[in-house]
Amino acid sequence: MTTLPLLFADWFARRSWSPRRHQLEMVAAGQAGAHALLVAPTGGGKTLAGFLPSLIDLAERGPKPQTGPGSGVHTLYLSPLKALTTDVERNLMTPIREIGLNIHVETRTGDTKQSKRQRQRDFPPDILLTTPEQLALFCAWEGARSYFADLKCVVLDEVHAIWSGKRGDLLSLGLGRLQSFAPGMRRVGLSATIEDPDLIRGWLAPRFNPPPLGEGDREAVEGADLDADSEASPPHQASPGPLPPSGGDLVRLVKGDPGAPAVIDVLISEGHVPWAGHTGRHAIPEVYAAIQRANLALIFVNTRWQSEFVFQQLWEINDASLPIGLHHGSLAAEQRRKVEAAMARGDLRAVVCTSTLDLGIDWGDVDLVIQMAAPKGSSRLVQRIGRANHRLDEPSRALLVPASRFEMLECQAAREAVADNAFDWEPIHIGTLDTLAQHVMGVACSEAFDMQALYDEITGCGPYRGLSWEQFEEVVDFVATGGYALRTYDRFARIVRTPDGRWKVRNQHIAQRHRMNVGAIVSAGTLNVRVAGRRGGAARQLVPGRKVGEAEEWYFEQLTPGDTFLFAGQVWAFQGIVGTDALVTHANDKEPKIPSWGGSKFPLSTSLADRVRTMVQDPDHWRVLPPDVQEWLELQAERSAIPDAESMLVETFPRGSRHFLVAYPFEGNLAHTTLCMLLTRRLDRLGVGPLGFVVTDYSLAVWSIKPMDRIDLDALFQPDMLGDDLEAWLEESFMMKRSFRNCALISGLIERRQPGAEKTGRQVTFSTDLIYDVLRRHQPDHLLLKTARADAASGLLDVARLGQMLTRIEGRIRHQPLTRPSPFCVPVLVQIGRERVGGDAAEMILDESAEQLIAEVMDEAAP
Amino acid sequence: MNAALRQTLSPTRKPCGSLRVQIAGETCVLRCSGALWLPAHRTLIAADLHLEKGSAFAARGQMLPPYDSRATLDRLEAEIAELDPVRVILLGDSFHDRKAVPRMAVEDRLRLDRLAAGRDWTWLEGNHDREALTASTLGLPGVVLAEMRLGGLRLTHEPEPRTGTDDRQGEVAGHLHPAARVVAYGRGVRRPCFITDGSRLILPAFGAFTGGLDVCDPAIADLFGSEPMAAVLGRDKVHAVSWKTCAEPAGLDRRRSGRFA
Repeated sequence: MTTLPLLFADWFARRSWSPRRHQLEMVAAGQAGAHALLVAPTGGGKTLAGFLPSLIDLAERGPKPQTGPGSGVHTLYLSPLKALTTDVERNLMTPIREIGLNIHVETRTGDTKQSKRQRQRDFPPDILLTTPEQLALFCAWEGARSYFADLKCVVLDEVHAIWSGKRGDLLSLGLGRLQSFAPGMRRVGLSATIEDPDLIRGWLAPRFNPPPLGEGDREAVEGADLDADSEASPPHQASPGPLPPSGGDLVRLVKGDPGAPAVIDVLISEGHVPWAGHTGRHAIPEVYAAIQRANLALIFVNTRWQSEFVFQQLWEINDASLPIGLHHGSLAAEQRRKVEAAMARGDLRAVVCTSTLDLGIDWGDVDLVIQMAAPKGSSRLVQRIGRANHRLDEPSRALLVPASRFEMLECQAAREAVADNAFDWEPIHIGTLDTLAQHVMGVACSEAFDMQALYDEITGCGPYRGLSWEQFEEVVDFVATGGYALRTYDRFARIVRTPDGRWKVRNQHIAQRHRMNVGAIVSAGTLNVRVAGRRGGAARQLVPGRKVGEAEEWYFEQLTPGDTFLFAGQVWAFQGIVGTDALVTHANDKEPKIPSWGGSKFPLSTSLADRVRTMVQDPDHWRVLPPDVQEWLELQAERSAIPDAESMLVETFPRGSRHFLVAYPFEGNLAHTTLCMLLTRRLDRLGVGPLGFVVTDYSLAVWSIKPMDRIDLDALFQPDMLGDDLEAWLEESFMMKRSFRNCALISGLIERRQPGAEKTGRQVTFSTDLIYDVLRRHQPDHLLLKTARADAASGLLDVARLGQMLTRIEGRIRHQPLTRPSPFCVPVLVQIGRERVGGDAAEMILDESAEQLIAEVMDEAAP
Repeated sequence: MNAALRQTLSPTRKPCGSLRVQIAGETCVLRCSGALWLPAHRTLIAADLHLEKGSAFAARGQMLPPYDSRATLDRLEAEIAELDPVRVILLGDSFHDRKAVPRMAVEDRLRLDRLAAGRDWTWLEGNHDREALTASTLGLPGVVLAEMRLGGLRLTHEPEPRTGTDDRQGEVAGHLHPAARVVAYGRGVRRPCFITDGSRLILPAFGAFTGGLDVCDPAIADLFGSEPMAAVLGRDKVHAVSWKTCAEPAGLDRRRSGRFA
């Protein structure tokens, strides 16, 4: 058993703590020089466990040399959130101060002042707390290699939230770079509980003993396709001996003790569970009552606009004048800080928030977590529930508020999933090439690189283990000259070969421009929302004043001056757009005129969908549900059918002058939208005249001029629609353009920032569309088009999930021709006609149309 | 048909639906491509091709695709093939910068010669390409002029400011890259457009990589004494859009940060 050094053991004793098992195991891993992944629920002293080995090491070091070996950064801490670095600094300083250690800790984020940044370069702190974007920037520094030569340890906090995606790709490449600067560096990951820790272990691991690859071996390197198997068979045919399959066993897995099981309740409304909807408006009084019973409640919603809506609804009935706050990513940073500080002081009773408060910041003594509308995934739910009672041995309390009957099923499924410790699984992620291009350019800005050596370094990074030499060459060519078949840019190359055959950036000007544009996150074009003031005189010109927050540009494009909308908890009147500001004035309307954009942002997770499907087919399981939901299921069985878990129900029926086809794949809104796009193309070819479609997380509806009940449904849902039909549609789709824009920005084809002027999202969007059109006609196999296509397929379209679903239901479609709508189809049918108005405040319009429809469905139901 | 479906089914493209207007007694056909056709003179006019804009960015380290000249010439060639003009006039800024001509790919350069063969070919000077056009060594086909007259029209690159006594009757110009934003189905669509008050006419930029300036920008709006009409380039049709519709959506000062590229 590992024991702590005396200084540390005393400190624990003075605080009447005893070190937890996983903290000691992390210390042991540190002493053994092993990489480690700590998987533990919130509240288990995870961050301290990550830092303890470094603190112990630094405590034994003695005074720090001013220059030379040992004078550099000892431990680099990376967190996905800027705010977390400040929080961690505060928590880390407590033991350092109380033990009396001479350890210098500093933070560095995009907001850090230039003078402090310069000081950090000249006099590196022992522990530097920063973000992955800063790491990408370090990699592009001249002299990065010597700056990080002393690095002993990198700690990645909340690694589960970041590893799978472009940000994770860039982070992994940055780790590879650091490892080459400091070969002895330990990698330490801190993660919330996840379904399969081995995935993160594989991602975290460095390649064991990079095999030397001579010139002659290059022919032996096969152009391995990037597929799931390539992890198991690395492209390095020349590597001596077998490589560990994913290198994951190089990372010691430390598991924290599970916390006390959470107490999760699903709110069963007094009245009834609504047929459709996604806001939970009906339950607001009960939510308010729950807030009154708690000390501090966090109310999680799935979108920003939903948070505005719930916040407004709560204030309307806030007769006790409870201090209730609002927190979401669009609010001005200053306003968010205010809410956070008020929480920490205990001044608030409730905060309505989005995923901005998902991650591990301790702002106060939260004792109740309320999830408004279904959580869409069990992992996110666990993370959110962990916000309550940040102490391991006390159970967290949570209340789920389903917004509709299907959501009632989903909440019940999520509750059971949490009880079973079943988490959502993540799809396998393969490193993207636009991100790699950014990294390669960064490396060239930092120092001249040898292609072979860099290839070896990159293929040692988890997401890029399957990268072929040809793909790498393509990326380097892209970085140099844009990767065009028409080779007219060779003399303008951004990176050039040195006499000894290495590659480096052409000049400092180009390096400087790259450094201004580093970082993998691309946000949609946003406008600052500012309160308009009037400049005097007859012109009555409006001038931008105080900033309230930021919001997506497209939202304002649909407004006309005078329209009122809800933002930052208030109703505003839109006045116009000036430059990158949306000007607003205070409005007196109680109800905003323009509804906010609704819909849930996260699609229903695959594992939760499985559970819902299984629950639906099992009448015994229905007993856990409230009576009106049970009746609804029974009525569905009587009027139409309840499909078994492996089949898909398709209903067809006439309504009004139209014909409807409603299917129930339960695969989430993204996959359903893609499916509808493809189905309607086929239906159009079949001559039934499709008129429109709508989707929910559970079902989809298509309506047409001619009846669809005689169509061969097996042929209609053939998986081959994912071939040519998908390609043809994708080419024209605006999603491809959006996806291409992201890739163009990340890869550096388009610069977001140029010296002197910041490009607005508007300008960027416009020019990338032009580039997209020209490029797809003249070089359809260009690297960025391939990357954009792959991104769109996986992210925006959920094609992989759709493919699995189509294969699952092949030959198992259960067709139910009906004479009128079934109980199940109500939620999707009430979406019709409001997909544009969409959303929260439109609920009232919805209520009216829903009531008619429900009456129609329920007609004759009573004997 | 609902909005989601409209995006799915791309309608088959129809032949160019153009719009006819009268300017200073001349019939002007505003083409879907953004070019102007004068049937009485069998003359095709296009403004602001900005050839080699991609390579101009590349020379500064931003590797935009090198296919913009090709894409622009493809469209010009299609117009020439359809209309068989006796005269082609390019309204200035045909080349993006001073060194654009030598940067052109050989086949693009040869295509210019081929297109010009057998017809009058006129380059009007623009602020971007004055130097490119006056360098005599380039051997471009056709003639270079500062401006010219054709029937009742005066063709020039940059529109002249309006004065109290002169509303620039019959002026046909480019330079400003007019674009209009139209809001429909809850989404704004921004497209290049012609803009005219029946007295003068400004052409949209014809080049593949050319951005646009909102017609409500004073640089454009101040040129007109009365409310002009925008002829917005759709996919297969030119849409006549009233000034009210262009000016309304964003209200206020709609000055965009757009620059003339």
